[in-house]
Formats: sequence, C-alpha cells, structure tokens
Amino acid sequence: MYRIRKRQDLSDIIKLLVVDAPLIAEKAEPGQFIILRVRDQGERIPLTIADFDREKGQITLVFQIVGLTTELLAQLEEGDSLLDLVGPLGQPAHLPESGRVACIAGGVGVAPLYPKAKALYQAGVEVITIIGARDKGLLVMTDMMDAVSTQMHLCTDDGSLGYHGFVSGRLQELLDAGEQFDEVVAIGPLPMMRATVEVTRPLGLKTWVSLNPIMVDGTGMCGACRVSVGDKTQFACVDGPMFDGHLVDFAEAMRRNQMYLPEEEKSLHHCRCRGGISHA
Amino acid sequence: MPKRTERLPMPTQPADERIENFEEVNLGFTADLAQAEAKRCIQCKKPKCVEGCPVNVKIPEFIAQIVEGEYVEAGRILKETNNLPAICGRVCPQEEQCEKLCILGKRGEPVAIGRLERFAADCEREQGGDMTVERPSRPGKVAIVGSGPAGLTCAADLAIRGFDVTMFEALHAPGGVLMYGIPEFRLPKQIVQTEVNYVLSLGVTLEKNVIIGRTLTIDDLFKQGFQAVFLGTGAGLPKFMNIPGENLNGVYSANEWLTRVNLMKAYDFPCWDTPVKPGSRVAVVGGGNVAMDAVRCARRLGAEKASIVYRRSRQEMPARAEEVEHAEHEGIEFHMLTNPLRVLGDDKGWVTGMECIRMELGEPDASGRRRPVPIEGSEFIMPVDIAVMALGTSPNPIVATTTTGLDTERWGGLIADETGLTSRPGVWAGGDAVTGAATVIEAMGAGKKAAEAIACYLETL
Repeated sequence: MYRIRKRQDLSDIIKLLVVDAPLIAEKAEPGQFIILRVRDQGERIPLTIADFDREKGQITLVFQIVGLTTELLAQLEEGDSLLDLVGPLGQPAHLPESGRVACIAGGVGVAPLYPKAKALYQAGVEVITIIGARDKGLLVMTDMMDAVSTQMHLCTDDGSLGYHGFVSGRLQELLDAGEQFDEVVAIGPLPMMRATVEVTRPLGLKTWVSLNPIMVDGTGMCGACRVSVGDKTQFACVDGPMFDGHLVDFAEAMRRNQMYLPEEEKSLHHCRCRGGISHA
Repeated sequence: MPKRTERLPMPTQPADERIENFEEVNLGFTADLAQAEAKRCIQCKKPKCVEGCPVNVKIPEFIAQIVEGEYVEAGRILKETNNLPAICGRVCPQEEQCEKLCILGKRGEPVAIGRLERFAADCEREQGGDMTVERPSRPGKVAIVGSGPAGLTCAADLAIRGFDVTMFEALHAPGGVLMYGIPEFRLPKQIVQTEVNYVLSLGVTLEKNVIIGRTLTIDDLFKQGFQAVFLGTGAGLPKFMNIPGENLNGVYSANEWLTRVNLMKAYDFPCWDTPVKPGSRVAVVGGGNVAMDAVRCARRLGAEKASIVYRRSRQEMPARAEEVEHAEHEGIEFHMLTNPLRVLGDDKGWVTGMECIRMELGEPDASGRRRPVPIEGSEFIMPVDIAVMALGTSPNPIVATTTTGLDTERWGGLIADETGLTSRPGVWAGGDAVTGAATVIEAMGAGKKAAEAIACYLETL
C-alpha cells in the first residue's frame, strides 16, 4: 500500500513523489490535501495533492525539506511505501469556469497551485501564471506549469532568472500595465500570500489563498489548524484550506505556524544523534 | 461470619510517584482482594445490577467464578456479553450503573463490580490464551464506520454471528476515543490493542486511514457490496468558548491536547516526533472527565500548577468522583464558580493569563442544574501559560454532509430509532454520533443493539 512509484529531485530540498493511492486518486479534487506518516513514532503531516491520475490510481506529492518528517520522507526511494496516507481532506477549490485568472506561487507553493491552474486551464480559463523563488535553483515545476498556462512569468528574489523581485511585485507591474483579472489564486509562504493580497485589496480583486497550518488529525477533531477569517474562527482542515485572502488574519497565522519551531529543531537534532537521518 | 459493609479499595500508585509518569494509576486487585470482594456478593436471584448495565453483563455469574478461583472462566463469562471487558473494568462509571443498583448499597457499599470486572478481564487476557470459537458463516456483508467502543462492539457481535464485517477507521490506529482521548494512566494503550486484536481475531477486517465521507462515501460502500452500514463515528468536534484570545499560541482544545499526548505520545517527545507545549501553569476549562484527563496529563508533563476552571460548583461537575479524587491527590487545583472572559497574551502572541469572573448559582436551567451567574465586579486575572478548553464535543459532520437521506439533529447528532436505525435504509448509527458525548459503555450498548437489528435485517434480505 501507498508504494512510491516515482521519486524525483526537483531541487536540493524540493522532492516529488508519485504514490499508489487508488482510493484517494479516485476522489481527489484540486485544492484537497492528504496527511501522511513515515514511521511508527512519526508525526502526521499534511501535504497538498499536487496532481492525481484516477486511471493509474496514483497521486503526486511535492514537498520541501523543512523538518524531521520531510527529511525522513526525502530518504524514501522508489519501491518504498509510506506508512500511513489518508485523504482526500479539505474542501475542493471553487474555481471559475471562464474568464482570466492570475495563478501565483512562491517557492514550493507551486505544488498546490498546479492542480488549480490545470483545472482552470482545462476548463478554458485564461491562466496567467507568476511563479517565484529565492533563486533559480528553487524554481520548480516550471515545465508542468507552462503546460497549463496561457502566459508564464518567472521571478527570483536574487534576479538569477526572470523578473528580479517578488511575485507580488510582478503582479503589481502587470496590474499597473492594465492587465485585468477576474480572480487571483496565490499560494506560497505566508509573507508572500500576505504581500499578494495587499496588492489586490485596493482593487477589490477576489484573491484565494491556500493555508498550510499545523494539523494533527486533519478531520476537524483537534482544532490545531484554526485560523481567523473575517470575524470567524475556521478550521483549515475542514473549512479550507482555501480562503478569501482579504479576510485572513495573516499575522495570527504566522505566529501560530511558528509555535513549535524549538521542538522541530530538537526533534531533528535528536534523530540525527541517533543516526536516524543519513544525510543533511 | 457477618459480611463487611464496606468494599475493598483499589490499590493505586502513590500520588507523588504517579505524577512523574504515565503508567496506570489503578493497579488492580490481587487474587486475594478479588476473592474477598467477590464473596461480598449475595448472588441475588433477580440481580438488579445486570439491569443497570447497558450490555447486561452476567454479573453474579462472573463473580461466582471468582469466588471459585476460576478467574479465566470469569473473564470468559464477561466476554459473552461484553467484547471489551478490560476496557470497561477501567473506564465505566459503574457507580452510576450496575453498582448503583446493587442491593448491598442500601445498607452499606455496593459490591465493587467494576474492580472485579477488571480483575477477571485481566486474568482472562493474560492467562486465557486464544479462545477458538467455532463461528457459523452467514451471508451478509457489513461496514462499520469508526473503530471506537460502538464500532468495535457492533463489529464483534456481527462477526460472532458469522457475518462478513469490515471496520473503517479514519486515523492510523484503531480504538477511537480509547486511543486518542483516554490517557495511558487510566487506560493503557496496550490493553486497547489487545482488545482490538481480540475483535479482529473474530474475523473482522480493519481498514485504517479511510475516512467515510471523503475517501469513500456511504453510497460507495453499498456499491462495493456492503448490505448494511453502522456509523460509530463518535463526537470528535471540539467546542471553544468563542472568547477573545482563544487563538493565541498556547490555547488548545482538549481534543488536540489529548490526541497529541495519547495517540501521538507527545509525553515521550522527542523519541516520538509529535511535540506538545508542557506549560508550567496550565488551566483546563471544564468539569467533565475529559477535563480531568487533560489536567492530569498537564501535571504529568511537568506543570507546577495545573488547575481546573469550572463555572459551576463541585456538585454539578459531571466528572466521575474517582477521577476528581485522583486529581486532588495529584495536587490539581480546583477553581470552582469561575468562568474565563478572555485569554491574555504577550506581544509575541503567547498566552500569559486568563481574565476570569466569579460566578454564583442561580435558578435551575434546562439541564436541571443551577445556572451559574456572573458576580459583577469580581473579575480577576489568573496567570497561565497554557489553556486547554475542555467544554465538550459534538458529532463530526463529515458523514452526515456527504450522505443523502441521513437526518440529523440541529446540534449535529444523527437521528436514529431505539435499534439505531437512521432515516436511511440499511444504515444504523450509535454511540456519541447519536447521543453527543457520553460514555464508553453506552456507546457499546448502542453498538450491541444495532448489531442485533442488523443481524435481523440481513436475514430478511
């Protein structure tokens, strides 16, 4: 079960896995995610379903190594299996079926962006893609995105490729140049999503963001993933993960995401000391 | 020799030792203690105690076997009507059920039925070996949704009758609330595992990591050839107070707190990968068993001050007397007639305290308990670095919202008749999913009733 059929290094720290998961592939919709565990004492971590193939019964996961579980996940090879995999979780994205949509991603946010862009493109929507990363080595899935985009804009923070600056800056330029969009989908690190919604807010341009808060069960049971949206507390796992970006309290989301940083460090250190992590 | 009017106490791990570990608090009767207590039972011809038990355990019969020294046999008698006796012997509120009706209770203390149940079940588990039961094989395929107390009971009863039973569990481990909710020191997970393994040994298939309503729908189950479905999906949705500051770092729902500690074994972090913030001043808001479990976990995780904050008085607290007593011995502080108004935080967003108000009791409310009323001007600040909200839970809506023809109460409970049959033909439900948060044994009782009804239904097909 949950056997890894394909494993690919998208960069030093970003990996792609194609995993056997027929039941999840059958039901998955753009916007939904899974929760997995790598080992018996392991954490449950959420990852967006980056792509799914109902016929082959496979799903694609793309992740960046950020902590212990993703380190362990990166060590798995083709033929290995995930210990636990459950999904699809969360609400499917509500995507328009016509018009012109800006699809924007920062860093590994391109993985959750891809299935939405693909669905939009296949529905006949004009997809204007803007993806960015720290440097060109971290710009991933550009070919995949290119195949589902009407227009592509690449950005790097250091200027090593494409537009020199943030994706929000590129979006601002396009808007200033008179480009019109019906909606915006922006996915990536919280500061990137916050910057993007600040660009679109004055225009009243509907902007969807996808949140990736800390979760335990992923079924609405624990409330670890609660997020303030407008004047309501929502659970990202069952009410989201996509929300109206103009209503999200990003400051709260950022501090909640950092809640366990010292523990994550300790966890990594503990595992390395016992030889649990072979590289890194 | 006149019979003693008092029951024998349960041996426990001393309070000052047990707050340093997560091992079981109650140590269980020795054979001598069990014998002595069992002999107090007067073997009523019409035993009231059995009526008080939601699964009608043959109480006088199993106690008689203990008197005879036939401990394994006593355990087997338990299993005739109760598939999870080692669990019930630990977490059932016997004082509200079988023991409440014990005739000895009129003149003294009732027989300690729960302690004897635990003793017999443990003997059977440890010494009984495999029970090879010849089971008939009957046509009929049943899906059980959820592997908590209701689901396990329903699955076992149907498997014993010879039906083909598959149990679906959303999490990575079976047991439901027995695994994620009830702490190790009250119900060791090894025991849950053994009881689950027993149910599986009856021929039940377990499918973990499947969320009915997401991974598969009820319609999918029928399409796959299942002829009946039992929903034992529990009440897993946490309630919050909806007061300012509840999303600060360091505020947990009891569900999250307990799931991290119990299911994910955060008390053993970093050997287990999931952390929890232990806190030095922990306040748990609520007065039920879940609140007691949460606050006693906090103490064991190292909190210097671990407190219960409850808006009514001690008398109205729904927690079991034994749990409250254990908590007191462990140095838990009780702030009764106190209600939080908001959670306070520092400039980094971490909890620093709770503003609370004192309450007094007014006229009885809908629950029959006296309504707590705030005393104006009595606000004060309680310094706290972790706050846990243990305010009750409601049923998870995932199944109800993804299944057509399944009626629910406004508060989310599935509507079912006395056999557990829902508004959708072929679908039964029981346990917390129907009643809202209640007890393990009531859920088991509902699982049992539904199993009977499902068996009848399958025979008519």
